[in-house]
Amino acid sequence: MTRFFEVVHRDLRLALRQGSDSVMVVTFFILTVILFPFGLGPETNLLERVSPGVLMVTALLASMLSLDRLFQADYEDGSLELLAMSPMPLELAVAAKMLAHWLTTGLPLIVVAPVLAVLLHLPADGFAPLLAAMALGTPVLSLIGGIGAALVLGARRGGVLLSLLILPLYIPVLIFSVGAIDAAIQGLDAGPHLLILGGVMIAALALSPWVAAAALRQAVE
Amino acid sequence: MVPTMNAPEFPLFRGCKLACRRGGRLVFSRLDFTLEHGGALLLLGPNGSGKSSLLRVLAGLLRPSEGRLEWNGQTLADDPEAHAARTHYLGHHDAIKPVLSVAETVRFWARLHRTESAQADRAADAAIERFGLGHLADMPGRMLSAGQKRRVNLARLLAAPCPLWLMDEPTTALDRASIAVLETVLAEHRATGGMVVLSTHADIVLPDAEVLTLDRFAPAPEGLS
Repeated sequence: MTRFFEVVHRDLRLALRQGSDSVMVVTFFILTVILFPFGLGPETNLLERVSPGVLMVTALLASMLSLDRLFQADYEDGSLELLAMSPMPLELAVAAKMLAHWLTTGLPLIVVAPVLAVLLHLPADGFAPLLAAMALGTPVLSLIGGIGAALVLGARRGGVLLSLLILPLYIPVLIFSVGAIDAAIQGLDAGPHLLILGGVMIAALALSPWVAAAALRQAVE
Repeated sequence: MVPTMNAPEFPLFRGCKLACRRGGRLVFSRLDFTLEHGGALLLLGPNGSGKSSLLRVLAGLLRPSEGRLEWNGQTLADDPEAHAARTHYLGHHDAIKPVLSVAETVRFWARLHRTESAQADRAADAAIERFGLGHLADMPGRMLSAGQKRRVNLARLLAAPCPLWLMDEPTTALDRASIAVLETVLAEHRATGGMVVLSTHADIVLPDAEVLTLDRFAPAPEGLS
């Protein structure tokens, strides 16, 4: 388990020193959300109505931005081969990298989401489910996205291919997180939506490291 | 450090009738080798004769298209993680991150191989000194020359003990003095029972190494080339 945290620690240190990825993801999120009031007009009713969807779709697109770098740098400089040859199972190393990705991109998104929700006039009842849905949904983005990132390794224009592969798989996250927020706003129970979202996260957590590691073994051959 | 108990009927590390296919082309076939404690295998051959492919097969990164590898009589494919834990691989890439310092890089890889991190750090620092990088320990990777990067990688091998070293042209970009250090390190590694498989174009002194010339295992030319 110490090895797991060594890899997380290394990736966090790399992200912190290079800095660009987290900043880029958060800036993209903020800028894109700000565009919506300009495009749709300032009517509060309309913004209230679309705000859950806008926030979730934008967060999802923002987290995709940094995905193609998840394994690419390690693949290009040979670190991936060495990770595959380290005494720790590659699945564990992959899980560590996914965790580091979530900490550097998913977590900052959760932090800025409530601020942007104010900007979009999200009703007060929606804030708690928004945070809960983001907390359960963003790990899924890193986990499933990691599979895509591993699959497109070595492909030219991998970033575009990655979007085509991964975006359809994000649909369940989108449906249930927006469903939870909408339900809470209408005074209904957000619980069932969040439970399903939690189930999706646990399934992704259980499967993604194995699938991604299998794809990485193919890539380093 | 390396267990000397060895069932006498099995050679420690053995390959039988290995074949490798890359991009549909048969690179080598019917290749056999054996390695014992302290043994060394020197891979020679022109470009494209399969030296790197063979090293990747031995590392477990690449599956042989035919044949099998055995460690102590056990098929290697049965337990790839155990093989990874006892093997150091030095490929063409240097795995140097531009923003991580020399000490951080070597310590990270040492910690992955050892469970006790203070011990790993000490061994990493000693290995960095050994390859004459002590004054560069805090230098970020992007400032290093090609030869220095290679030495960082060699220090990585020294920082965590593994019985099997697979080295793909380790002398690339090294100066004479560093090659001399490498030769001493290899001799010490073998003296403690370690094994080395090394491919090279440059001259490197590897006493009593078994030489494997790879173009001998090239398949007969088929059709038009």
